Amino acid sequence: MDQSPIFSEVPHQSVRFDDGLTLDCGRHLNKLTVAYRTYGSLNAARSNAVLICHALTGDQYVAEPHPITGKPGWWEAIVGPGRPVDTDKYFVVCANVLGGCMGSTGPRSPHDERPDEPWGVEFPPVTIADMVRAQKKLVDYLGIARLFAVVGGSMGGMQTLAWAALYPQSVFAAVPVAAASYHSAQNIAFHEIGRQAIAADPFFYGGRYWAEGVIPARGLAVARMTAHITYVSEAALTRKFGRKLQGASDLLIGDRFEVESYLEHQGSSFVRRFDANSYLTITRAMDLFDLAADYGGNLADAFAGTPTRFLLVSFSSDWLFPTAQSRAIAKALNHVAANVSFVEIASDKGHDAFLLDEPDFHRTLNGFLIGCAEHAGLDR
Amino acid sequence: MSDAQPVRFVAKNMRVDLTLIAGMVAPRARVLDIGCGDGTLIDYLFRTKQCDARGIEIDMAEVTQAVTHGLPVMQGDADSDLANYPDSAFDYVILSRTLQAVEKPREVLRQMLRISTFAIVSFPNFGHWSLRLQLLFGGKMPMTRAWHRMWYETPNIHPCTIRDFFALCEADGYKVVEWLAADEDGKKAPWRKYATLANFFGEQGLFLLRKV
Repeated sequence: MDQSPIFSEVPHQSVRFDDGLTLDCGRHLNKLTVAYRTYGSLNAARSNAVLICHALTGDQYVAEPHPITGKPGWWEAIVGPGRPVDTDKYFVVCANVLGGCMGSTGPRSPHDERPDEPWGVEFPPVTIADMVRAQKKLVDYLGIARLFAVVGGSMGGMQTLAWAALYPQSVFAAVPVAAASYHSAQNIAFHEIGRQAIAADPFFYGGRYWAEGVIPARGLAVARMTAHITYVSEAALTRKFGRKLQGASDLLIGDRFEVESYLEHQGSSFVRRFDANSYLTITRAMDLFDLAADYGGNLADAFAGTPTRFLLVSFSSDWLFPTAQSRAIAKALNHVAANVSFVEIASDKGHDAFLLDEPDFHRTLNGFLIGCAEHAGLDR
Repeated sequence: MSDAQPVRFVAKNMRVDLTLIAGMVAPRARVLDIGCGDGTLIDYLFRTKQCDARGIEIDMAEVTQAVTHGLPVMQGDADSDLANYPDSAFDYVILSRTLQAVEKPREVLRQMLRISTFAIVSFPNFGHWSLRLQLLFGGKMPMTRAWHRMWYETPNIHPCTIRDFFALCEADGYKVVEWLAADEDGKKAPWRKYATLANFFGEQGLFLLRKV
């Protein structure tokens, strides 16, 4: 648990690394805390561990009720007994990302030099690779030399790709879902709107809102609302809301479209569980992600000689991380003759489809992991 | 698949020449099956010969089916995606009953023998006597089990005969290591080794090639 006492918070299971972590930006965090959850049990050979990487606003509570909202785990459709990532068979680990606000070191954690106040906006910029290095420390701490699989959607997919690139010998199978090897200009643009909304909130106080005992709720809610639109498809919004009005048959003054109140709800429920400075830190980490750039501009070089088996999954209506992005990754993996499976799942639910009930996706993931388990000798 | 649906490749029964093709592949080889359908052949090669077998398939429903069965298959197109692989990445690349349906058969063959030591190619033989007779006496495009679609909707845009294929191999410098003609049920035909007879009586040709 690495949280400034200023924030009254629920306790999170965590491990502290006193040697800290040196970041891509060159700065060194003196202390590193990684909050995590595990499900299932590690076998004697320590060969059945699956690391789940969460997305921008996700956390380590994959397959159990959320301690703040009480809602079911964000990937209970995927992770659990008898699910595609079967906790009767695999030891599932999920860590809150570096820069997050659910117990891992981030803007809410005590400042390295002034421990009685949180980092706030002074928290150093982190990258997806930094997040992965923090997770690697956790995996080492748990005594796992090789992960059977790393699975993640969206920003979790970025981490999955970074895992395969940074630690190829430690990843038997990698499943980046609805992912991309870099954040596009359009993606960065949407993030910037969110960041501007937060910065423009009068309660932001230059990021020192914690000192004033307030949160920039309005700005953070608008950031969430904007982002949420990018997570769904036009077809899904039309199917769900169309032009329906709330509580009236005519659009009179004071009446609202249903889609408006839906977005409002998305925004207001988000601010109760997420920290604005964390949102700034993590969106920036996503924007900075460009795996090819780390390897001289050639994505294939990130995977040269990789022993990892890949499954790439995209969704047909995802315009935030479109299929073309997954196809480009598949192409790079072909360049190094990697073992790669690639499917595009037909869905009209947009980017969010990776979190939702998509039977074809779940069957595909399930079959892929079973096939990999056979190749890894897990069943023997 | 109903006739109303647009199809790119002929529907094929992998089991027909599965054993014949598998018989050409050495144990524990690295294999790429182009147009692998639901992955029956790569599964067979993994289970019976411990091959590192993978597949490319254009039809997403087939790809999903294959991956669901734990097989390493990716959605892709023979015409465009072979260029992505490095030289000599595989020991065998297989193109089963798909050559006649690709846009650039000659280029696909060239890519196959760039990325692999051996190429295994099978195709329905347009020189079979029944097709010749249908054209000769009926004066219309022939229809058989393999060529069962009207000329205006067939995915088989580049039909060839066994003799045509021999000629292409010679022109492009590919060594025919092994070849045979078979009927539609995959039974080897007795006229193998006599190309002219095979071209008349064989319903499909199966070739194992390598670069000279």
